[in-house]
Amino acid sequence: MIDALPLWLLVAIKSLVLLIIVITLFAYTMLAERKVLAYMQLRVGPNKVGPWGLLQPAADAVKMIFKEDLTPSTADPLIYRLAPFIAVFTALLAYAVIPFSQGEHGPWSIANVNAGILFVFAITSMGVYGISLAGWASGSKYPLLGSVRATAQMISYELAMTMSVIGVILQASTTSLSGIVEAQSRLWFIVPQCLGFLIYIITAVAETNRVPFDLVEAESELVAGFHTEYSGLRFGLFFIAEYINMITVSCLATLLFLGGWNGPGAAGHPLLGLLYFVIKVFAFLFFYIWLRGTLPRLRYDRLMAFGWKVLLPLATLNLLVTAIVVALWY
Amino acid sequence: MLVFVILAVALIASAIGVVSAKNPVHSVVALLANFAALAVLYLTLSGEFLAMIQIIVYSGAILILFVFVIALLGAGTSVGDLGPNRLGKVLTPTVIVGALALVVLGYALLHAQNPSGGGMLGAATVLPGLANQIPAVTITPGTEGAFGSIADFGRALFTTYLLPFELTAFVLLIAVIGVVVLAGGGAPERRKAAEREPIAKPERRMEPTR
Repeated sequence: MIDALPLWLLVAIKSLVLLIIVITLFAYTMLAERKVLAYMQLRVGPNKVGPWGLLQPAADAVKMIFKEDLTPSTADPLIYRLAPFIAVFTALLAYAVIPFSQGEHGPWSIANVNAGILFVFAITSMGVYGISLAGWASGSKYPLLGSVRATAQMISYELAMTMSVIGVILQASTTSLSGIVEAQSRLWFIVPQCLGFLIYIITAVAETNRVPFDLVEAESELVAGFHTEYSGLRFGLFFIAEYINMITVSCLATLLFLGGWNGPGAAGHPLLGLLYFVIKVFAFLFFYIWLRGTLPRLRYDRLMAFGWKVLLPLATLNLLVTAIVVALWY
Repeated sequence: MLVFVILAVALIASAIGVVSAKNPVHSVVALLANFAALAVLYLTLSGEFLAMIQIIVYSGAILILFVFVIALLGAGTSVGDLGPNRLGKVLTPTVIVGALALVVLGYALLHAQNPSGGGMLGAATVLPGLANQIPAVTITPGTEGAFGSIADFGRALFTTYLLPFELTAFVLLIAVIGVVVLAGGGAPERRKAAEREPIAKPERRMEPTR
């Protein structure tokens, strides 16, 4: 029955389903963050709206929609309105190639492209435009400072991130995401690429501008950073983009280092594989929230020094060793 | 075909936007759209790797530096502040050179229509010498198969085009060293001396009125 549908309709249906799943996941990641953070700080967290506060995201969404959408008089109106859309657009586009499980007819994804990992990096590297343009277009000093910081931070850490992943690509000798997962059917890449994994998770936190690397919106010095002037639904779009990026890097970490949908008994059972995949992604999201509950924010000069003088040389070393090992023994 | 027309229109429109926008940041956004459309155009030509590299290198790295510099150095400067309009002086040579380029390109394209006219885009007809200098692309169909795949690209880069590739890398290395020299603030001794110097007193900007 599925084969009878035209390709464009199939892609449209897949995209729509995935969009709904990702947006729902965003809402509940946000709730989970508030709940987990609250328990870590010996509080209860949201518990009034619905059982255990489960309807809180809906209440938040309604609040966002009904708030007034303000544009500062000093802002550049066109870019100011465009920036949140760029942020969400690039965040969502990455899901076009991310596979979630392996079925009989190939991986469960919208498109299974050969340059999958490159596509994800290309798209996520464009995410920085949302933030930098938003800060510039606000026409106010704190957003501008926040966005300049964001730009410098994201392009610095992106380098180390890409370098850490090239080791995985070398070892799997493919750039297709499903191919990389298949290459891990015996041994997850977290074992041979443990240094790469470490660099990846650190840079991933920095790329998504989360604690302890959230200098972009350091509230003690920059009010709220790049989105100071935004309100209502446009602010909500930045929020959505941040959490979706979090989920994206968690998916990538699972695919590249934790064996994706591989697990005991998962071969030939796509649904079990999907379950393994989701568990691994959730473990990462929990790790993110745990970091936020534990670590203080870095100082800005230390952040840059750490990225350029520690992470990048380590990533280069990792790449070099991996390349030599792959060239000699594979 | 429909995809090509849409992309071509988007490309030309965004290119015009880059040139005509009054505000430099608007130009950058238009250029971003231009790069994205070009990448999709590469995808329709099954140049998967090229499309990805186009986005990673141009949109992800180079263009963001434009935004960075414009945001820091003030985008409020309008065209009128940059001094007298020099467009009139360069207009005539630009038009002449542009028209010449158009004629050459049109001639080449017309010859590309008939295959016997010779070679890809008629380059052999227009510039016989140049065609001999360009090494023949010998892409052996590798295990990855399709043209433009990463395996074929890498193989061509490290066999047929090894020398240009290494030369480009060398040029980039020189550029990197140049940046370090320019931005590094000179030799360590000089920097130390600069640190020892007392901070200069701020100039008095307002003279007392008499």
